[in-house]
Amino acid sequence: MAIVIDMPKLSDTMEEGVIAKWNVKEGDTVSSGDIIAEVETDKATMDVEAFDPGTVLKIIAKEGESVPLGGKMAIIGEEGEDISDLLDGDDGGGKKSEPEKKKTDDKKEESDSGKSAKKDSEDGDSEDKDSGKKEDEEFDPLFGELEDDKKSSASDDEGEDESRIKVSPLARKMAKEQGIKLSDVKGSGPNGRIVKKDIESYEPSSKKEAKAEAPSGKAAAKPSDASNYEDVPISQMRKVIARRLGESKFTNPHFYETIDIDMKKAIEVRKTFNEMPDVKVSFNDMVVKACAVALRRNPKVNSSWLGDVIRRHKDVHVAVAVAVDEGLLTPVVRNTDSKGFSEIGAEVKELAAKARDKKLQPDEMEGSTFTISNLGMFGIEEFTAIINPPNACILAVGAIRDVPVVEDGKVVPGKRMKVTLSSDHRIVDGATAAEFLQTLRSLLENPMSMLL
Amino acid sequence: MSEKQFREAIREAMVEEMRKDDTIILMGEEVAEYNGAYKVSQNMLDEFGGKRVIDTPISELGFSGIGVGAAMNGLRPIIEFMTFNFAVVGMDQIINNAAKIRYMSGGQLKIPIVFRGPNASAGQLGATHSVAFESLYAHIPGLKVVYASEPYDAKGLLKTAIRDDDPVIFLESEQMYGLKQEIPDEEYTIPFGKGKIKREGDDVTIVAHGKMYHVAKKAAEELAKDGVEAEIIDPRSMKPFDFEMVIESIKKTNRCVIVDESHPFAGMAAEIGFIIQRDAFDYLDAPVQRVTVPDAPAPFAKNLFDLWLPDAKQVIDAVNTVTYRN
Amino acid sequence: MAKKADETFTPTGKVYKSTTLPKPTRKKHTTLGLKDEDLMPVFRNMYLQRRFEERAAQMYQKGKFGGFLHLYIGQEAVSASTVHVLNDDDDIISAYRVHGLALARGTSPNACMAELYGKKTGCSKGKGGSMHFFDVERHFWGGHAIVGAHIPLGAGLAMANKYKKNGRIAICFFGDGAVDQGSLNETFNMAQLWKLPVVFVVENNGYSMGTSVERHSAGQLHKRGEAYGMKNGVANGMDFLSMVESLKDVVEEVRETSEPYFMEVKTYRYRGHSMSDPQNYRTKDELEEFRSFDPIERLKDYILKEKIQTQKEIDEVIEEVDQEVLDAIDFAEKSDAPDDHELFEDIYVQEDFPFHK
Repeated sequence: MAIVIDMPKLSDTMEEGVIAKWNVKEGDTVSSGDIIAEVETDKATMDVEAFDPGTVLKIIAKEGESVPLGGKMAIIGEEGEDISDLLDGDDGGGKKSEPEKKKTDDKKEESDSGKSAKKDSEDGDSEDKDSGKKEDEEFDPLFGELEDDKKSSASDDEGEDESRIKVSPLARKMAKEQGIKLSDVKGSGPNGRIVKKDIESYEPSSKKEAKAEAPSGKAAAKPSDASNYEDVPISQMRKVIARRLGESKFTNPHFYETIDIDMKKAIEVRKTFNEMPDVKVSFNDMVVKACAVALRRNPKVNSSWLGDVIRRHKDVHVAVAVAVDEGLLTPVVRNTDSKGFSEIGAEVKELAAKARDKKLQPDEMEGSTFTISNLGMFGIEEFTAIINPPNACILAVGAIRDVPVVEDGKVVPGKRMKVTLSSDHRIVDGATAAEFLQTLRSLLENPMSMLL
Repeated sequence: MSEKQFREAIREAMVEEMRKDDTIILMGEEVAEYNGAYKVSQNMLDEFGGKRVIDTPISELGFSGIGVGAAMNGLRPIIEFMTFNFAVVGMDQIINNAAKIRYMSGGQLKIPIVFRGPNASAGQLGATHSVAFESLYAHIPGLKVVYASEPYDAKGLLKTAIRDDDPVIFLESEQMYGLKQEIPDEEYTIPFGKGKIKREGDDVTIVAHGKMYHVAKKAAEELAKDGVEAEIIDPRSMKPFDFEMVIESIKKTNRCVIVDESHPFAGMAAEIGFIIQRDAFDYLDAPVQRVTVPDAPAPFAKNLFDLWLPDAKQVIDAVNTVTYRN
Repeated sequence: MAKKADETFTPTGKVYKSTTLPKPTRKKHTTLGLKDEDLMPVFRNMYLQRRFEERAAQMYQKGKFGGFLHLYIGQEAVSASTVHVLNDDDDIISAYRVHGLALARGTSPNACMAELYGKKTGCSKGKGGSMHFFDVERHFWGGHAIVGAHIPLGAGLAMANKYKKNGRIAICFFGDGAVDQGSLNETFNMAQLWKLPVVFVVENNGYSMGTSVERHSAGQLHKRGEAYGMKNGVANGMDFLSMVESLKDVVEEVRETSEPYFMEVKTYRYRGHSMSDPQNYRTKDELEEFRSFDPIERLKDYILKEKIQTQKEIDEVIEEVDQEVLDAIDFAEKSDAPDDHELFEDIYVQEDFPFHK
């Protein structure tokens, strides 16, 4: 069977070779290993050897001609053999052997040519488009990136300030979590880098707040796609909430303590109460009463910060946070400690109704010495509340949960409720708060003691 | 428990393993009749004889290569270099042969060999005798690299090294050979890739291995007087490296200083620092700092040498930088 | 004279001369302990080595595989005689011109060709390539490509054998270029001092890449053994029977005395150092001169002359080998490439590998 001698890879980098010399002519016999030609590569003149014996049937590429790698140079076979198949479309001339290259079974070449064809068509496509052309013109291999930077910073006014703020990765993460705007924080690290410490000690002054609001207001007012948002006017109530709670959170050093309370007996007692005619006591009423008693026993908690003095209140007035449409209100149950469960229950019910109907009088909302916020009915297990100034503390009440508890070495169903006390550290210390919570717990765990 | 010197700990590791496995041999300059240049192999010739404790000519390339060949063919050689500064002339055997032959052969053989000896500087010995090589060897796939800082670690890690079927670079220090520590009388080993928190603290993580651990320890003691509690992690093996322990510590401290006796450029500290920035990015409150010898050879003059070698003050400075106390 | 020496450091114009080849032996194969039926397998193997490499070159030139390709063609008598003289469990280690030795040792042409192709069926799982053939099961310890770096490994193999008292010896091949490396001198010193049972063989094929031995080495190569008191000698690597004659005694002596030996084998490679070597450093006449002592032709002529086999029988063997090599190419081409995970096999990799995330 006739064999095609194709242009061998004679150097790592050659893509074509020029036939420098044929050592054989058509009709000569060759053996395996004979040097049949010399080929000029990109590096040197190299020998081309025959790897199979036979007769030279055809010299395809003449001396001086360039043949691509894998292109046909000659055909060796048995004398008289029909080689027309092998010559098909290739009647001599190295240059014309180009198309043959694609027919070789060399996968690498195939994929290469495939790639280049694809590239060609892509180029063609892009030329049709103006935008593509423009991009080409603007693209500068050296300054491309710089251009990009300019573009992005110009189109992203808001992000700019934030992105140029030097901040440690940790501080950036903390700020994001706490919703603190980095541009409001002053960095204490090298070159003004904002670090963990700065976030921890961050307090927005009202001035700062106003400042921070101004640009964002501007940004919101910017004419862009109005269907993306709706501007809601800020109600008077919201303004008050924003101001008072903002002030409280950022000026009163809050700390938080949580205690888990066994509510088994409270549930039993409530059941007993509610079996009586015309009596309706809620858990909330019991918590309000318990707080009032606890406040009486822990007067340090029943205080207010007045700047130059701490005022200890002689009366206990517990406020109860009530959710209304526009926000929340905190009507006050006066002299709470002196009232019974049902009295408290009735009063809270009445105040809450008034609150929802917007009929609360200002004096009904003033003068509290302590506040309770209860989200237990929403299934919230535990949360922290912002102190209602001028109170020293606020109690956040969670839901009563069914939990497995160990009693006498056995796991039995239990009822637990978590309450979290937020305290103003200027007035109340950790141990004081803890003592208050302990009192509260023992009252709720032995509800009858409240009646004594 | 009994108090042992670093050199004794290493010797015990070798002796105990050699008693159990007679394919283990020790080869190196002055290891046999001289009893070891640093007395590490003292009396080993007496116990094991010249067939297993072998004095070599000063031919690091030659005996490293013979060791690799013997390891290919069933022995478990321990090659002692009088210092790793001399191993440089035999490095081709370690980097091209020991580290690669298993891979190139498609796993047809294993090369259980330990190259051990003192590493890095040991006072005013000049530029050629003062190089710390852990970064260089750790760069090469196929090599495990250990640099212990205390006798307890050294013994447990060397036993692991001797039992390992891959080549291990086991680095010691002339200046630590006399270091004493209580170590258990009973058998123990320490796995590679498991660091140790040698001092707990919340304010900064200091990663320090080998001789530099002792520098870090001194710095931490000073810092404590100032109210800064440093957590010191001794990774113990350079490769594999206990990145997890470092990352977890940084999650707590938010800051890290790496103390490395290598030169700074492309050194261990650079690699550790890279992993930290990637895997602990959101926990960092300050850029990671490193304390290394400078990008200059070791000078001879006392004043220059003292400038060159990392000391506690440099570590304290770095801690102050990452804790924003500067 | 002095002036001339100033003009150049490395001597110029020197080439490798066939006149330095020792005279081939006149002994008959039977005198050398070979039976009639021993010769055809040797011939077959030598021809296999050659045909394998010719086809490998062809496939390389077709771009079928990459890397380096260093051909052994012309030196086949050295590998064939070594394997013939050694026991099957003696340890062989060599440099990067290694296809011939592997095939001589019995590694299959399929596994060898597949290794050239970088396939998982290769003798090193496709992870070594042309220069790193390994077949440890056959006590063939590679394939080493840093010139001279494996000379201490050869001594190490011998050291382990001596330690284990297993009666095996090691034979370590390297080229004439490796003689100039420090590793040879350090190893020779220790091998002699420690009395290691190893035969060091320099296959002096005349050229360290493109530099003739006269231009790169001072003095005769085998005399390097003298400095260490190592026994040494020269053998004719272009003739199988001469090689057997030389090696047989050496191997016996090394095994018996457990002392090393340094043998210089004068041989010749017909091909360039690698596949892209224009070979301007030697003339075609020189090449033709050496080809006239071709070891395969010599053995064939001897077999015919001694009437051990007929030309027809030899032709049949040639045909068979030709086909075996074509089958090896087919095998290699059809074999799968190594799986991606092989990248991290056969090397220690940290478990929670943090570097390639």
